Amino acid sequence: MSYNWNWGILLEQSPEGIGSYLYTLWLGLQWTMLVAAGAWILALAVGSVLGVARSLPGRWFSPLATAYVEIFRNIPLLVQLFLWYFVMPELLPRSWGLWVKQLPNAPLYTAILGIGLYMGSRVGEQLRAGIQALPRGQMMAATAIGLTVPQAFRFVILPQAYRIILPPLTSEFLNTIKNTSVALTIGLLELTARARAMQEYSFQVFEAFTAATVLYLLLNIAVTFAMRLIESRVAVPGLGVLKK
Amino acid sequence: MFSDFDFGVIQRSLPYLIKEGLTFTLTLTALSTIGGVILGTLIAMARLSSYRVLQVAGAGYVNFLRSLPLVLVIFWFYFLMPYILQWVTGASSPVPVGAFASALITFTIFEAAYFSEIMRAGIQSIPRGQPAAAAALGMNYWQSMWYIILPQAFRNMLPVILTQTIILFQDTSLVYVVSLPDFLGAASKVAQRDGRLVEMYIFAAIVYFIISFFASWLVKRLQARIAIIR
Repeated sequence: MSYNWNWGILLEQSPEGIGSYLYTLWLGLQWTMLVAAGAWILALAVGSVLGVARSLPGRWFSPLATAYVEIFRNIPLLVQLFLWYFVMPELLPRSWGLWVKQLPNAPLYTAILGIGLYMGSRVGEQLRAGIQALPRGQMMAATAIGLTVPQAFRFVILPQAYRIILPPLTSEFLNTIKNTSVALTIGLLELTARARAMQEYSFQVFEAFTAATVLYLLLNIAVTFAMRLIESRVAVPGLGVLKK
Repeated sequence: MFSDFDFGVIQRSLPYLIKEGLTFTLTLTALSTIGGVILGTLIAMARLSSYRVLQVAGAGYVNFLRSLPLVLVIFWFYFLMPYILQWVTGASSPVPVGAFASALITFTIFEAAYFSEIMRAGIQSIPRGQPAAAAALGMNYWQSMWYIILPQAFRNMLPVILTQTIILFQDTSLVYVVSLPDFLGAASKVAQRDGRLVEMYIFAAIVYFIISFFASWLVKRLQARIAIIR
């Protein structure tokens, strides 16, 4: 290969004047983690509402939640981000639209909103599966001892359902982290965007992308490890026996 | 709200959007599904083989690619491919690669990691008696894979494979980041040329939604039809 490797480039000053290239990548990683954390909180909130709504009897909640899931799952995330970023401000009343466009850090809020709502539909599906995996008797027993339906969800159904879906939630969180890279299309300076910028300034393509790859791998390992820790923390001895 | 909308822009650009954009997207989806399933099946076989080296290599491939964002992988291959070709062909300078070929190789390699997990589950779902019976009939490894195990595994996993294909179809929109002319890229080009972002992006969203929704519905019907009653 006729490629000139130069790993020293990582320590050279970037033309943005804020520090070395490695430092700009570190800033990008921080943005990635910030957006992922914000989007994940939103996704958990939305997903919890959706998962419960799809498990409720009655004619209203379940179809509405199903419609939400179908809409958000069947449009690519990139297109959804474009809709939030370019289209939504135009559809709002004029003064609101102007306010949205002038927001500082608009890509940050848009990314958290767009990725959060998108991942929310997937978290909702996981939670619904978790609730369905519980024996019917749990709900019946809960109402038989006098709990209302909200109480039954709060004290009996959800604590078990969340524990069941912790492993798939881990991979959904990892997906959230990976999906933050899509937000570079709306100008968010996260890790992949920083690597791309470094490549454009320095022409050292492979050093830039290798560094970003290593950072993503480390982030993945850290998250997987942390989630394992949480899993063993919240595990209830003997609860697994209840399954089936 | 829709008073200053110009829906005519969609009508005017429709031939371009479909002939260039949608064709690119659908061809890329179809070919990389085929490539991804073939490569993914080989990786799944490696992970389930009795050779330690193959097991580790297969697991490494899958875990590595699954922890990277697709956008980063697209960038990687977009820049790396000319150098690889130069190395393979022994040319004196990096060989330029066409947009479509670059995208196809990227998606085949990336999605193979996901397809291999599906095929691994499919192969493992085959009762142990099947390969044992195949061996008893005198078949070697490749014969029992080709005639006995893979056809059943593939049939069991077909709905999951097709669902992954729908995800792949949506993922192809990400080639936008290297300005390839897929459906979203074409829509975005028209949007920026005519200053009609709102109309074009809403239209693109509707098209993606209709195709994905209809495809999911077909998969559900197929699943009901081909399910083997045990």
